[in-house]
Amino acid sequence: MSSHRVAITGFGAFCAAGRNASQVWQSLRDGRSGIGAWDGIPGLRMPVAARIQGYQPLEHVSERETDLLDLFAQFALIAAREAVKHSGIELTQSIQENGAVITGCAVGGKTTEDDGFVDLYRKDKSRLHPMVVPRTMANAAASIVATEFGLTGPSFNFATACASSNHALAHGYRMVRSGELEVAIVGGSEAPFSYGHLKAWEALRVVAPDTCRPFSQGRRGMVLGEGSGMLVLEPFEAAKARGATIYAEIVGAGMSADAHHITQPTVEGPSRAICAALRSAAIPPTAVGYINGHGTGTLANDATETAAIRTVFGDHADFIAVSSSKAVLGHTLGAAGALEAIATTMSLYEGVLPPNANYLAPDPDCDLDLILGMARPTDAEYALSNSFAFGGLNAVVAFRRV
Amino acid sequence: MPDTTLERVIRVIVKTQHYPPDKAALVTEEATFADLGIDSLDGINIVFALENEFDVSIPDEGAKTMKGVVDIVQGIDKLLSEKSAAS
Repeated sequence: MSSHRVAITGFGAFCAAGRNASQVWQSLRDGRSGIGAWDGIPGLRMPVAARIQGYQPLEHVSERETDLLDLFAQFALIAAREAVKHSGIELTQSIQENGAVITGCAVGGKTTEDDGFVDLYRKDKSRLHPMVVPRTMANAAASIVATEFGLTGPSFNFATACASSNHALAHGYRMVRSGELEVAIVGGSEAPFSYGHLKAWEALRVVAPDTCRPFSQGRRGMVLGEGSGMLVLEPFEAAKARGATIYAEIVGAGMSADAHHITQPTVEGPSRAICAALRSAAIPPTAVGYINGHGTGTLANDATETAAIRTVFGDHADFIAVSSSKAVLGHTLGAAGALEAIATTMSLYEGVLPPNANYLAPDPDCDLDLILGMARPTDAEYALSNSFAFGGLNAVVAFRRV
Repeated sequence: MPDTTLERVIRVIVKTQHYPPDKAALVTEEATFADLGIDSLDGINIVFALENEFDVSIPDEGAKTMKGVVDIVQGIDKLLSEKSAAS
């Protein structure tokens, strides 16, 4: 099969930090966090979250779509519509036949499921709404976006927890590169704010009570977020031929499994994923100028991620600028990799690296060249975006400035 | 006078499908699901809403044979009379 360069020609974003990609990028560049107090749920130890405050479905989707789609699929549809419009791609019959939607969604339609189970277990109702299954299934976003744009190629969803949409990006990249797809809408979405699901997160004791402070001393955990990010990938030459703006290229993707523990991360697993991404991109470690870290703000992740970066890059790690977007976006689980891919793309496109927000003081276990305070100008040519999932499934995507 | 079964069935269909007034006017006793563009998933949602409206349990077989408004009205009336006979 022929090998194509893979261009990013459009994207859309919808999350706490902004209602479109341009707003989200602005928030990231300014280090303005979408995390804040929320009305919460009585009895839940989760005072802060990255919620899409005041979300009114009918401002974004039709009444019928609110019936058919859980919040996570609504978010995906909103971001995908923006991404396709942004790309300016004309969906010809050939492109539709060789076009696909590849999504990440870790937990599926939790609010739908929760509401149904409240009816069943608490209200003693004898029947559940027939839409519970189609609204809950984690592939609903891929299905509705494929339907929306008439894309009939191989579409699917990855559910690899926090790495879901990086796995989606990796596979979309490979399928466009190989010539199997003429267009891939790749990304992810998540809507984890159901009482039952949040109680489960609370029990895991990884959620911060104050805010998300990646790589910082005094960090107390992750903060859950909701939303979606979607990107349009096309063969570079086709994008160029139609006069599209190419925001960045995806040049590689590396994946690995820790094969170690269901929650505890290792240094080796992420290191191998980063090395695999470099090999896939055929670049030496010294070519990398920026890493958009997984940076969840948990004690364990940020220290192991730092160690992984040091393991792979050695002394060159001192010359790689690092920031995590999760202080601004929250941890949007299945949407995280996609939103962070948009952040990485815009970083290279504008030559500006977003700061690592909510930082308090250095932690010796996170001795990276963190971008602190203001955004930093860059002439970096290559950047990586890391995602390391619970369960030790890692995916790293490599980007190149155009 | 209380609403007839037909009136209630029509109301359920219009509400479930979010029909605007012009489309709602097409939901008559003679209308079929095919006429109205109601697909199988819509049909299942309507059956669910009918069960709640009339507090009856519509068997799977009954749900599958409903092809239009008149089938629903007849089916519901039959279930309601069975229910009142049983009570």
